[in-house]
Amino acid sequence: MSQPYMFEKPLGLRDTLPQAQKEISRLEMIFQRELQRWGYDFIKTPALEYAETIGRASAIADNRLFKFLDAEGHPVVLRPDMTTPIARIAASSLREEPLPLRLAYTADLYRSQRKEGGHPSEFEQTGAELIGDATPYADVEVISLMMSLLEKSGLASVRLAVGHVGFVNAFFYDMVKDKAIVNHLRNLLYSKNDVGFHDYVATLHVTGEVAALLNSFVDSRRMNNKETLQFLERLADTSSTPVHSYYQNITELIHLLKLDNLDAQIDLDITLVPHLSYYTGFVFQGFGGNLGFPVASGGRYDDLLAKFNRPCPATGFGIRLDRLMSAIAMPEAEREKKCAVIYDRENAGNAMRYAAEEREKGRSVVLQHAEGIDIQETFEQQFESVTYFLERTETEE
Amino acid sequence: MNESLITIAMPKGRIFGDACRLLRNAGFRLPETFETTRKLIFDLESEPFRFILAKPVDVPTYVEYGAADIGIAGKDVLLESGRDVYEMVDLGISKCHMAVAGLAKHQSRRPFLKIATKYPNIASDFYRKRGEQVDLIALNGSIELAPIVGLADAIVDIVSTGQTLKENGLVEYDRLLDVSSRLVVNPVSYRLKKGLIDRIVEKMIKATEGTKVGMD
Repeated sequence: MSQPYMFEKPLGLRDTLPQAQKEISRLEMIFQRELQRWGYDFIKTPALEYAETIGRASAIADNRLFKFLDAEGHPVVLRPDMTTPIARIAASSLREEPLPLRLAYTADLYRSQRKEGGHPSEFEQTGAELIGDATPYADVEVISLMMSLLEKSGLASVRLAVGHVGFVNAFFYDMVKDKAIVNHLRNLLYSKNDVGFHDYVATLHVTGEVAALLNSFVDSRRMNNKETLQFLERLADTSSTPVHSYYQNITELIHLLKLDNLDAQIDLDITLVPHLSYYTGFVFQGFGGNLGFPVASGGRYDDLLAKFNRPCPATGFGIRLDRLMSAIAMPEAEREKKCAVIYDRENAGNAMRYAAEEREKGRSVVLQHAEGIDIQETFEQQFESVTYFLERTETEE
Repeated sequence: MNESLITIAMPKGRIFGDACRLLRNAGFRLPETFETTRKLIFDLESEPFRFILAKPVDVPTYVEYGAADIGIAGKDVLLESGRDVYEMVDLGISKCHMAVAGLAKHQSRRPFLKIATKYPNIASDFYRKRGEQVDLIALNGSIELAPIVGLADAIVDIVSTGQTLKENGLVEYDRLLDVSSRLVVNPVSYRLKKGLIDRIVEKMIKATEGTKVGMD
């Protein structure tokens, strides 16, 4: 690489300027308040983790990790997700706490480095994890919580797609009885390649009936929720136990989301398979506003805590603040509600008292000595009002 | 996102005529001037559809970022770009295949085969799977020139009739994959406008059934 320009930052990283930071803080505050109201406790974890533990368990592809050596020569990674560190905490420091645990976070995550726009290497995410509850009621809770956060953020037309990778795996296995084929089929769902799915099914040595079922499975994306449920019931009737119990969970989830008045915003799509490979049950993605990418995603990961020697079911989600910000139609940049107090040496005491009183009232006050101002006119233009504490005037303009 | 308008990215050039014919078969009332217009954006008057005319390799990009809800793109550009979009229907139009080709007499035994191509990702994938090491040279067009002037030992490119290869004295060594055009959909648009998009997808499936029977 050639010498970077002085103002350049490493690939994929960016500065957050005041206006964007204000919007981020607004979202953070809304999210923090709402998550606390639902009884979730915030935690923090280090940005650096060992590559052999978190790096490996995180399920983010190796080439997307920022990896280097720490001072002792251990390979470390910048955390690529928060679910894995939280699983580590739940399995160690919080081991004795009564279950279920409700934990939340806002943190910067790191995934290296892509040249293209819209895929920053560092991004902020807010999320919640509900650990120790295997019932579909826990899934309903995290889904309603995520929907509530997205609604409160001001995102327009919030929608949610829900699938169930446990059902997908079990059903495919019932059909083809071969793990390699199951993985291949699931991978085609993940890459959203319906055409490839149909082509691949045509090459399999299965009965015409099985091929037809597999094909209608991928086409079921185009059904509405009621049709999808009927379709899944039909599959479950002919299938073995896990598929059937997963189907029960799905009907229960949809029933509860209906009670929560969320059913109109939800698209039950059994073909939804997101990238994170640790998901075992329900998976979901949140959409809305004015952006081509999902703003939030989550799911159940019942096997992840076992990697830290504490087998325990868990479910949760994360909302990407960078994407949410681009998806929300920003209101007209509100004129900054700040006022200035300009003073000189003789009136410093009065000016300070005045500023302190105004700040107590909740106003944002900039206290500025007259001699420190570069160009008075442009400086004053930034403020809603300017109060002078100068030797001659001492009055408000 | 305007929830009642569907934006469709169309590939200019080779596929465009086929795609328009298929859209008409599917019931889209495209105006007669559609194929000749030089406008890049075109709104239908009778239906809530907006067409944007893009370079074929850019169609998946417009769709991935959500600037278009739907697009028509060749399997070759989809594979090469690896974009995160739903590939929902094989439209069965503009069929061709991707092949390795080179001079008829020349069978290079050099340790590092030089391959010229517009599709460096597909070509690299193909040779990696075979465990062969090759040097790729990325070009943007008239790939057939490369082996003739000695820039490369072979090329990886799409072949439809084989006429261009023949006229330039090249022969096919290997066939990589079959290519046809696909209907692709942005994942978020799909959720926000599911009803409208499902209807289009079903119309297109029906329209392609005709072309498939006709072509096989």
